[in-house]
Amino acid sequence: MKKPKVAFFDFACCEGCQLQVANMGETVLDVLGLIEVVEWREVMSEKWGKKVDVAVVEGSITDPHAVKRIKKIRKRAGAVIAYGSCATIGGVNGMKNNFPLEDIKHYVYGDSHRFFPTEQTKAVHQVVPVDYFVHGCPVYIPEFVAVLKAALQGIPYYPPDYPVCVECKLNENVCMYDRGVSCLGPVTRAGCNSWCINNGNICYGCRGMVSNPNEKGAQDVIAKYKIPMELVLNKMNMYNKCRELD
Amino acid sequence: MSKRNVKINVEYLTRVEGHGNIVINVKNGKLETCRLDIVESPRFFEGMLRGRSVFEAQHITSRICGICACGHTLASIQAAEAALGITPSEQTIQLRKLLLHYETLDSHILHIYLLVAPDLLGVKSFVPLINTHNDLVRRALRMKKTCNDVCDVLVGRHVHPISAIVGGFTKLPRPKDLEAMHAMLTGMRPDMEATVELALKLKFPDFERDTEYVSLVSDDNEYPMLMGDLGSTDGVRMDKKDYRKMTNEFVVPHSSAKHAKLSRDSYAVGALARFNLNSEKLLPKAKEVAAAVGLKPKCINPFLNTAAQLVECVHCLEDAIAIVEHFMSTPLNYDEEIVVGLNEQGKIPVRAGNGVGAVEVPRGILFHNYVTDQNGILTGANCIIPTNQNTGNIEYDLMKLIPEILDRTDEEITLTAEMLVRSYDPCISCSAHLIDIRFNGR
Repeated sequence: MKKPKVAFFDFACCEGCQLQVANMGETVLDVLGLIEVVEWREVMSEKWGKKVDVAVVEGSITDPHAVKRIKKIRKRAGAVIAYGSCATIGGVNGMKNNFPLEDIKHYVYGDSHRFFPTEQTKAVHQVVPVDYFVHGCPVYIPEFVAVLKAALQGIPYYPPDYPVCVECKLNENVCMYDRGVSCLGPVTRAGCNSWCINNGNICYGCRGMVSNPNEKGAQDVIAKYKIPMELVLNKMNMYNKCRELD
Repeated sequence: MSKRNVKINVEYLTRVEGHGNIVINVKNGKLETCRLDIVESPRFFEGMLRGRSVFEAQHITSRICGICACGHTLASIQAAEAALGITPSEQTIQLRKLLLHYETLDSHILHIYLLVAPDLLGVKSFVPLINTHNDLVRRALRMKKTCNDVCDVLVGRHVHPISAIVGGFTKLPRPKDLEAMHAMLTGMRPDMEATVELALKLKFPDFERDTEYVSLVSDDNEYPMLMGDLGSTDGVRMDKKDYRKMTNEFVVPHSSAKHAKLSRDSYAVGALARFNLNSEKLLPKAKEVAAAVGLKPKCINPFLNTAAQLVECVHCLEDAIAIVEHFMSTPLNYDEEIVVGLNEQGKIPVRAGNGVGAVEVPRGILFHNYVTDQNGILTGANCIIPTNQNTGNIEYDLMKLIPEILDRTDEEITLTAEMLVRSYDPCISCSAHLIDIRFNGR
């Protein structure tokens, strides 16, 4: 059997999710043994430019050039995997949408801002159809392997659609609300094994929200612990601002 | 010299972090254009930070770069703490140094093995090496994974660290964690020796151009990575608060990364800069490696930045082991574990302030500068990334290099130009991506 052709592409992002692949260590060679990586600019000089079976796309779409590029990639890809928060939900790049474009361009580049065309930040699926989502900032590698397997077999993958709290409870963490601080676990899609809370931090919502969040329940929790709603909404905008473009 | 024409336009330079192009135009044997275009989509981090709590800055700015996520974290924390007037404990400082060593090791290994070695071994990427140099690839991935695993133990993960925040750590390593890190780090020594053996066999291009080198400097005997003043090989020294006088940034139209200069038209930061300024403070084992690879300050061959990275790998590994051993014999104070977000309830005093963080990350000195209002909300932010500081210097290197190699083929010129840029280990996502070379008129 011919090995399926896989390519990695990056848009506006930190490339940390690609790096997560390298961080798999020698097991990455087992994965590479099953597929043919034809393009991956960060680590390869080889160029392909033709049809691929699977395109792994990291990053958000933030400028006119990126819109054209992702459309071309979509045309030559069998399946598109949106890889990492920037690609799946807009991620931290979405915070840009909290400001008028002219204002933020001017703030960073002053009078030279006209050299740098930029648009509202969008997740990949907000520009072209996406077949698979690997959420997270960064991605959780066991989930990427599961998605890649599904994509190569042409079967669907459904990420968990229950909140991070479920995994967090199983990990026996003390609830951050009980420690006196707010946390986005109650409304955020699980699948990361409550990575941040296991390490003493809160959930920032990087995997996006569950499809049917228990808003009433979350409001009750927030009220019970006397946390200002504004603060929680502001936190939600750190990763989930692009949600309003869905 | 031939009256040749060369037109090089490398669109999306590969094997670098981020997107950039090299544009070189030679007409009748004369260099007309020589630019490194940074075409990374700007992400506007400095603009996005405004209105957010200074306590959130670390989480956000870590996302500037996946490779130096820990470096951004540490520079961000330093700037935030300076703005708030928080002095970290000695234990916290030592653990932060450890974290920075892990990242320097991780990043240098990635660069030496996966990004540079293919050029020196005459292949396009590490992929063909899987068949021809399987041991080498496996060693690289093994070392990389070890760096990643020790980060997992210390801060939850390398991309993006979880437990390192303003004020200290939300989770401190337990004795079993220290033992695990110690075993992994000491276990890496044979692979590090093999890496040095490999490096001794690699041949770097001969090229020299004198320039100014900038890095942290200090008066103590420690190779400064986390703390210190700003210094240069041209004799400049100033407090980190005056970083703007050090970098003198200016915008150039072809690049979404700003350029920088100090005493000359450009300066360089990174492993070679640190080596040139502080080599006498390296640990003895690292000094031995420097001597073995023939690296002496002041070295002005930019290709040897990769050799300086190797020297630093040895230094960071040995110093990391020393820090872990220290905490194995002098137990950590677990009362210093902090709860994230307590500032929400005003438990941490905030103030209007202006703080600067200056940290030596793998590619050079990184600055974060935050201005906060009386509620600890960011009103201004400025991040100056190593690659921004190097871009101008890379262009001047190319301007000297290209005329020296015009007798070579187009392919050789392109490859050498790419190798030069790659030797700086540019991290373009940070700066705001690199090279497609086309030749006309030959």
